[in-house]
Parts: sequence; structure tokens; C-alpha cells
Amino acid sequence: MEGKEKKPEQSVKNKSQISRRSLFGTTAAVAGAGVLASNLTDPIVRSAYAAGSDAPIRIGFQVHRTGIGATYGKWYERTTNAAAKYINEHGGMGGRPVEIVPEDDGTDPKRGADVVEKFATQHKVDFVYGTLFSHVVMGSSPRAGELKIPYFVVSEGYHVASGALNRYVFQPCITDVRSQISAMSGWIFNNLGKKMTLIYPDYAFGYNHRDYASAAAEKHGAKISAKLAIPPTASSFTRYFAKIPKDTEVIYHVMVGPGVLTFVREMGEHFGSNRPEIFGFIDSLEGVALDSPGLDFLNGTYFWEAMPRYADGYPTHGEKVYRNAVGVDANGASKSDSKDVSTYSHMFGCWETLFAIKEAVEQSGYRDKRDYANLIETFEGFQGFNEGIAHPQGSKMFSGKSHQCYGQQFISKVENSKFDVVHRTSIEDGYYEPETDYTKLPL
Amino acid sequence: MLVWFEDNVALLFLALLDGTVTAFVLALIALGLSLVFGVMRVVNVAHGEFFMLGAVLAWACFHFTGNMPLLGFLLALIVAPVLVGGLAMLSDRFILHRIQYNPESTIVATIGLLYIIQQLVLSFFGPEARPVEAPIYFRVQFPWFGYSGYKLIVAVLSGFLLLVTWFLMVRSKLGLYMRATQQDAEIAQTFGVPTRSVYSKVFAIGAGLAALAGVLVVPIRQADYLMGLEPLLLSFIVVIIGGLGSLRGTLVAAFIVGISDGFISVFYEPTLAKMLATVLVAAVLIVKPTGLFGEEPG
Amino acid sequence: MNRRSPKKTAVLMAGVLLLLFVLQFILPAYHHSTFSKIMVLASYAMGFNILLGYTGLMSLGHAMFFSTGMYATGISVYHFGYTGIPALGIGVLCTVLVSMLLGLVALRTSGVSFLIVTLMFGQAVFLSILYFDQFTLGQDGFTLTKELEPLVLGNASYSYTDPTFKYNAAWFLFALSLVITNILIISPIGRVLIAIRENEERTQMLGYNTYLYKLFAMTLSGALSGLAGSVHALLFSYVGATFAEIHHSIAPLLWTLLGGVGTTLGPLLGTGIMHYLIDFTSGWTSAYLLIVGAILVLLVIGAPQGLMGLVRQKRLPWLP
Repeated sequence: MEGKEKKPEQSVKNKSQISRRSLFGTTAAVAGAGVLASNLTDPIVRSAYAAGSDAPIRIGFQVHRTGIGATYGKWYERTTNAAAKYINEHGGMGGRPVEIVPEDDGTDPKRGADVVEKFATQHKVDFVYGTLFSHVVMGSSPRAGELKIPYFVVSEGYHVASGALNRYVFQPCITDVRSQISAMSGWIFNNLGKKMTLIYPDYAFGYNHRDYASAAAEKHGAKISAKLAIPPTASSFTRYFAKIPKDTEVIYHVMVGPGVLTFVREMGEHFGSNRPEIFGFIDSLEGVALDSPGLDFLNGTYFWEAMPRYADGYPTHGEKVYRNAVGVDANGASKSDSKDVSTYSHMFGCWETLFAIKEAVEQSGYRDKRDYANLIETFEGFQGFNEGIAHPQGSKMFSGKSHQCYGQQFISKVENSKFDVVHRTSIEDGYYEPETDYTKLPL
Repeated sequence: MLVWFEDNVALLFLALLDGTVTAFVLALIALGLSLVFGVMRVVNVAHGEFFMLGAVLAWACFHFTGNMPLLGFLLALIVAPVLVGGLAMLSDRFILHRIQYNPESTIVATIGLLYIIQQLVLSFFGPEARPVEAPIYFRVQFPWFGYSGYKLIVAVLSGFLLLVTWFLMVRSKLGLYMRATQQDAEIAQTFGVPTRSVYSKVFAIGAGLAALAGVLVVPIRQADYLMGLEPLLLSFIVVIIGGLGSLRGTLVAAFIVGISDGFISVFYEPTLAKMLATVLVAAVLIVKPTGLFGEEPG
Repeated sequence: MNRRSPKKTAVLMAGVLLLLFVLQFILPAYHHSTFSKIMVLASYAMGFNILLGYTGLMSLGHAMFFSTGMYATGISVYHFGYTGIPALGIGVLCTVLVSMLLGLVALRTSGVSFLIVTLMFGQAVFLSILYFDQFTLGQDGFTLTKELEPLVLGNASYSYTDPTFKYNAAWFLFALSLVITNILIISPIGRVLIAIRENEERTQMLGYNTYLYKLFAMTLSGALSGLAGSVHALLFSYVGATFAEIHHSIAPLLWTLLGGVGTTLGPLLGTGIMHYLIDFTSGWTSAYLLIVGAILVLLVIGAPQGLMGLVRQKRLPWLP
């Protein structure tokens, strides 16, 4: 019971500390962001829990152990287990321990829906959580809505904020593609060039990039020279590079899946030393070592990172604790195997989401599923989260209407096969008005 | 027309170059499948997985030799076909032989094999796509763009392997046995051809060729446990257009598919190229159900 | 085939249907919902079985029928605001068209070529779904939660996602497929199909146009599979490219082989066992592909007739 005596220090912050420490000046301009997750640690609420049941809070973890998402899934699982361990060692959720119940979904929407079903009616978990791939989120969320079980995803798709899902689905701790692009486009157009060619995967995730990058170009008076969609089955990319117009000043690329290394290498072969500026999304290189064969071409190009892979990129106390707890070394690889590179710009979402659930449980006085309505309304009342151990990636602003958060982004330059952070966006750089209002849907 | 040509000479050249490389690789991958069908009259759905195993073993050799690309590559050229061929021989003995090479049962059994291999590779190799360094690497600079020198080497090596296979078919004793078995297994047997061991060897050679293709191709892409499906489907397209069991057909069809894929991808869209390849198959079947060079099934 | 017993068959079928109907009052929530899904998927496998089990044609592209039904219905609801029943009709109509067209081409081949051709067309449908993403929303697919109006029958209104409605709709679909299959195999057409399965050349020599019969079987098989896809879209509110993937074509093959090729109840049994097996083993391993693979291999080596086939062989020779 040693753990219980240590009060969880990570989220104990009152309002004044919040605005002083991380938000004043950066987000003050954003309406409503001034008060973040008010009353995070109301002592009365907290003690009410300590007296309550000691039965664990069970969280169903929909994990991509097999299928195309397996690399991410492996790290999502490690991060989730680390977060659960940390929470349990520091008093649990409202005094109750957390129990993670993992189920493989095969990165398949069919199985995803079955897994949600199994969580809700067989395992009888309290919440479902942890999905990354957007098609699995699409396939699973109708069932979560029907079963009326809160479903927290870590997917960075725009599907939640677009209003396509339902009131039970939240994405509280990882920003969506639209926000990422809005946040960074200004910097890209001002620093790298105003004539851009977009290269993106030929499915919904890629279309988000296409549409929001085009919109951003218009806003910044820049021009999209060409839009190249690459089908997910592609294994050779040379033919696409031939279509890049000569006047292109900057290439914007976002690729996922096993073909990304080939993509980068063939881009290098195509251009040689005579290349335009290149800006890529880290999704292309998640889980991949920068010193892999053929990647030297990337030296001098830029990448978006949600959270810097190298420890010196964003050296805060929370990040240090988090990195250590998950077992990642200073270069972003597993402590036990330096070849095993993490998916550092995505997996923090798992850690943070569990802490967000913890906040919601504690603030709403959640005991069991009869309190779902209360928990959801409490969650929708959140305005954000503070940077700290619970939120090592940085502070977040949260919209109860769209169930989606906004956060800061990093732009890194590749130097000597290593990422160097060159720019950090503010939260309001990535802010857009929510276009949906889930709170109007019935519970 | 001439203006168009001048504007697009770079694209035309790329389409032809990329298409030719694709065609050679495709021919090599499809060759094993075609050989197995020709002699044994069965379709091996796990063919793509043998290709994947070749790629994975190439990675293992690359790693085993302490990341020395050339040494790893040479080692893989021996290890991969031998191991994969051995595995194929075992599956022939313990599975295919038991179901007496019934065409449909074989398909079901090799689907089973496909899943088993995939799962084992996932469990022991992991889900990551792992890169393998090319044994010889240089960049060829054309007036308009650069191209991987290793890709050109792959095309040449594929062509060489195709020649070797053809030579074995024509000149060696096994080749003679194979052709005899292909024409009529029963008659061949009465003339003293050990059809059972011929089957076993052919299945192993087919798998070994797929593994070799995997070793050659892996430096241009990566090894990952799901990489087998695409080459399988492409091989199917090639052998159906060329005619099941016809080596000449396989080669011709690989060039038709590869080059048209190059042109459609460069000038239109790659997904369209894949869909059109399927339509092409339909067209061939309507005109000639046995494929371009196929014979009527006996 | 000749030891049929229509009376026993009728009693058995009625018994199975009654049992499935009554189960909904007993099953706990999880199994209640799992059974709904199994009945829909079993109907898909039954459509497949008409072609494989009663005509002797093995297809590796049946997901194209399932997904055609699913997408036609889903798109009608999502983009054009149709209600469930007309959308279902559109789904079936589209699958009938697609399966007839495919039959016209693919039936020119036989045996292994037929198999590869169906596989490739299945892949072409999958690629088309990715390609025409303005309608299909690509890989992600779409949900029907908001767009689908409840079903109005007289004064009552039923939500498609209500568990009781879902179970009974699935049961109704399953019953329909079961009745159609049973009628088919005792009908003159069914007898010709079985004759084709046993020996096509001989059937041809007896004066039957086997091409037309096979085309009929293909269309019926496709239509039933498509219907299952349409119903799946309505009851489970999700339409996605995963239902067009090659694995979804292999699935009914596996279920049918396991349950028993050419038996009317085999597909249900196979679907149920596989679903529960994967579900059950997922607790201690995620290596379920290994299980699927091993079952396939063991089946063809040890029991190609499947479970119901074994029962028929050993105990109940009259089993349809």
C-alpha cells in the first residue's frame, strides 16, 4: 500500500500554476483556453474514492498486435502497460487500481467491432481504449455507441472531430491531422517554399492531408503544384517522382506502411543532390532507425514530430519520467535493444489518454457503468490538460463539442541522421473552430 | 505529336525503364508458380509466402554477417533457396502427397500453409519492415532523373536466372523428366520416370525460385511478413494471361503486364493499372480461355 | 445422395430454426450478439456453399459479392438517403448483376483457372472500392449510425441496431437461406447442378446446357452472399473495404470446409466454430492465423468432407 501514500503529484496543479507555467502567452489568445481542466484534484472528491470499492477499473485495450498496425501496436501496448503501472503505483484511479484487458483486433475493422462487443458484454470492462488505425476506429465506433460504452481512441484521424462518429467516442490526447497541418503550414510556406507538391497515401488519412494542406496553401498565398496520391499497395515509387513539377520548391510527403523506406530511398535516387526542400510527416519513419540503409538522403530535410524522438528535443521533467517509464533510451529506441525504435510521436497518446481517463473518473465520481452519463458530461466539460508527467507531450486544449484535443507540434531537421528540433508551434497555431457538437446528441 | 513527345520524353523513358525492370522481376516470381502448375497441375497459393521467406532470410543473412551487404547477399543466395526449397519439399511430402495433388485440396492446403508461414514469421521476426542494404549500390544519373543501379542489376540477374531455368529444362535429366511428367504423368511413370520425386523436386525448385526472387528484390524494398500477397496476385495475373503452365507464356505475359503497368502508372494512375490488368485477364479469357500460350487441359 | 428422407430433413431443419429462435431468450448478452453475427455470416457461407458444395465450383472471390451487396446498400443509405428495405433491394439487384456478369466471363474457365479468375476479380472489386473513394470513402469506409432510419412496420418502428431486432433479422435471413438451399437441392435444377459437380461432361452429353446451369448457380450464390452483405451493413452499421479483402473470400471457404461441403447445415456449424475458436483463443494467443492455417491443412488431409459430412458418413446417411 506504499503507493497509496504517495499522492500523485503529476496532475496536482491549480489554475494559477497552469496559466503561469505553460499557457500564458501562448494560448491566452484562444478563447476559453484560459482555464484548463479546472479542479483537477479536488480533495473532497478524491477522498470519496479512497473510501469506495477497491475493485479495479477495467480498461479494454483494443490493440493492433497483428496486421499492418502491428509495429505501432507493440509500442502502444508497452506504453499502455507502463502508464497503467505508473498510475497504479501512484494511487490508481480514484483509489482503485487500473487493470488493462488487451484484445488483438488484427488491425481489422471487422474484428474491431467484435472486440468492442467482447469488451462490453463479456469482459465487462469500464471503458474501451487505445485504437490507432482510423478504419478500425470507423468500424468499431458504431458498436461502442450502441452499447453506450465510452471509447477513447489514439488515432490522429480527423474522424472524431468531423462529427462522423458518436457521443461515446473521444480523442482527448492526440491532435488530429487537420490541426497538425494548420499548425505547421505557415512555417513551411514561410521557410521552405511557396510552391508545394503533395505526396500522400490514397485513402482517407491521405485525403485529410491533401484537403487541409490545400486549404492552408490558399490561406498563406502559396501554390500547390501537384497532388500525388499513392495507393496503399504500391511497392515502387520511382514513377511518381517523375510527376513532380520542375518548379516545385518544397515536397510535402506523408506515407505509412511497409513501403516508406523504399519511398525515401527512391526519392533520393531520383533527385540526387539536386533536390527541392522536403518536409515529411514522421508517420513515414515511426519505428524506423534514421541510420537505416538508404536514409542518408534525408539529411537536411524536415519532419513533423508530435513529440521529439531524441531526448534533447524537449527536455522537460514530465518527458523524462515518461521516457524512462516506457523504457525508451535517449535516441528513441528500446532501452534493451537499440535497434528497436519506438513510435514516439504517437504512443504518448496512450499514456496521456489513460491519465485523462483517470481525471474524468476522479472528477465525475465514477463508480460503475451507471455513471457513464456523468463521466461523459464531465469529460465534455474539460477544457484541456496541463503539461506534466500525465501529459508529457505538452499541454492540451480540449473541445467538449468535438471530443478532440489540440496540442503543440514540433518541426525537426535531420542532421547527421538524427532529429534536431528547429521549431515548436503553439497550441493556437493548430486551432480551428469545432465543426460538430456531440453534446447535442442523446446519451 | 512531336511536341508531346518532346515534353514527355522523360516520362516515356521512365515508363519503359521501370516497366522493363518490373517485367523481369515479375517473370522470375511467376516462373516458379508456372513451373509447378505445368508439371504438377496444382496451384501453390503459398508461393508469395515463399517469396517473403526469401526476403526475410536475406535480412537474416545480412544481419548474421554483421551487416556486410555483399557477403550477406551471397550467403542469402545459397541459404534462402535451400531452406525454402527444403520447406517446400517437406510440405510436399507431408501435405500435398497425402491429398494426391487434388487441385482444389491443394489450393486449400496451401492457403493453410500461407497462414501458418505468415504467423510464424510474425511471431519470430516481428511486424516491422526491415531494410536490407543492397550488395552493390550506385546511382545512375540520366539527363532527367536518377535511377537505382541495383534495380538494373536485379533485372539482369532475373534474366540470367530465367535463362538458367530454361537451360535446365531443356538440357538436364531432371528437365527431361519434368517435361515428360508435364505431358502425361502416368505414361512417364511407366517409362521409368520417378514422378513422385520429380513432383517433390519441382515443388522445391518452384519455391526456391520464389525465394531467390525475394532475396533479389529485398534491397529495393524491405522484408515484412505481409509482403507476399502482392507478388502472388501479380503472378496469378501473369500465368493466367500467359497460359497456365507455359513458361514462354509466362515470360511474354510478364512483359505485357510489366510494361503496360509502367506506362499506365506513369501517365495515368497505378491503381488504374492494376484494375486494367484484371480487365485484360478477362479479355484474354473471353478470346482464349486457356491463356495466350496455354494448351487445352488434357 | 439417394438415401434422402424429406420428412426427417424437414423435422431437422425446423428443429434447428426453432432452437436458434428460442436461444435468443436464453443467451447472455455477449453470445446473443455473437449469434446474430454468426447467423449473418453463415448465410454468406451458405451462398458460397451453393457454388462449391452443390455445383463443384470453388470460388476465391466471394467477398466481391458480399461487398457489392454491402456497398450498394450502404451507399444507397449514406449518400442517397434510402431507408433500409429499398436499400436492401438495391443491394441484391446489384449483386445479381455483378455475379451474372462475372459468371459470363469466369465460367468460360474451369477448375484451377476458375479459382484464380474469381480471386483476381475479387481483388479488382477491392481495388475499385479504394479507387472510387468519393463514394466508398476508401479504406476507412463509413458508418450508417446517423443516416439509417428505423424500420417502420405498420405502427411499430424498429431500430436496426436494437439487439432483439438484430437477432431476429439475422435469424430470418438465415432461415431464408436455409430454405432456399433445401428447396434448391430437391428441385430439378439442383439435381442437374449436383450432376455437374459429379461429372460435367456426362451431364453435358445428357443434353443439358451446363453453362446456363452453372450461370444460374453462380447468380444465386452471389445473390445470397450479397444479401448477407446488405443485411450485415444494416445490422452492424459499418461499411468498409475490409469486407472485400481476399481474407474475407477465404473465410466462407474455411467455414464451409470445416462444417461440411455440400451439407445444408455445415456452413452454420463451421462459421460458429471458427468464430468461437478465434474468440476463445484470443485470450491466450494472438497467433490465430496459425490456428486457421492448421485447421485448413488438417481438414484437407484428414476430413475433407467436414464435420457434417462425417456425421452423414457415419451416422445419418439421409442428412441433406
